[in-house]
Amino acid sequence: MSAFLFWTSALLMLVFGAAVIINRNPVASALSLVVSFLALATLFISLNAYFIGIIQVLVYAGAIMVLFLFIIMLLDLRAEKLRNINWIASAGGIAVALAFIIQIFAVVGRLSIANQTFPPLARSTSDDVHQIGLLLFTNYNLPFQIIGIVILVATVGVIMLSRRESR
Amino acid sequence: MVRLGDYLIVSGILFTIGFAGVMVRRNIIIVLMALELMLNAASLSLVAFSRFHVDLTGAPNYNAQVFVFFIITVAAAEVAVGLAIVVALFRLRQTTHVEDLTTLKF
Repeated sequence: MSAFLFWTSALLMLVFGAAVIINRNPVASALSLVVSFLALATLFISLNAYFIGIIQVLVYAGAIMVLFLFIIMLLDLRAEKLRNINWIASAGGIAVALAFIIQIFAVVGRLSIANQTFPPLARSTSDDVHQIGLLLFTNYNLPFQIIGIVILVATVGVIMLSRRESR
Repeated sequence: MVRLGDYLIVSGILFTIGFAGVMVRRNIIIVLMALELMLNAASLSLVAFSRFHVDLTGAPNYNAQVFVFFIITVAAAEVAVGLAIVVALFRLRQTTHVEDLTTLKF
């Protein structure tokens, strides 16, 4: 992966990620999130993780974003009116975020392996669906079944939450 | 050449953007989107480490990719439940603004 392509996708992902929290209109935020997720999918593919990149596009940019847009349009949310912003809370949040990013830079700066480039792969990763599926059904069989239960519980819970009271 | 640290820094900045969004924004739907950004940042550093640790057969470490698969699944379930709660709340209160929802505030 050329460095130019990496920095282009990373910049695209970060700029549109920032646009998500800066935009006042929720629809614009949701569409910025789609671009951010697509750029992240290209980063996954640049790391030879084809399967993860594809399910990133299918699940996030497809399913989850349609869900977000559907809810925004269902609730008919307009761009927020300018409220009197709670400056102390906002400044506190930004200060904690800044402290966090400084810590990230400090830790990565001291990490000795952070300066190494990625070692070359001896074989193609185009069969990674096979490899991940093998792991899912052997080493991670129990977590895989628990995930199935989680999705079932989420489905039943969503139906219960969105049902109208019939009393 | 791109180093491992570059991916980790980009992932850290993305996590910080999501974190700042959760702390600063007051619209519940935007807060959920910022949560998604944070989960994705974690996935990015996991996949970077997966590619970095090449095993003896010359393949990347697939354990991290299985973990990312689980993260994506749980995130999908979490967003579905969160948005259902937002819809139920909107039906009751006609707002998605956290400062209008202070019934449980001490």
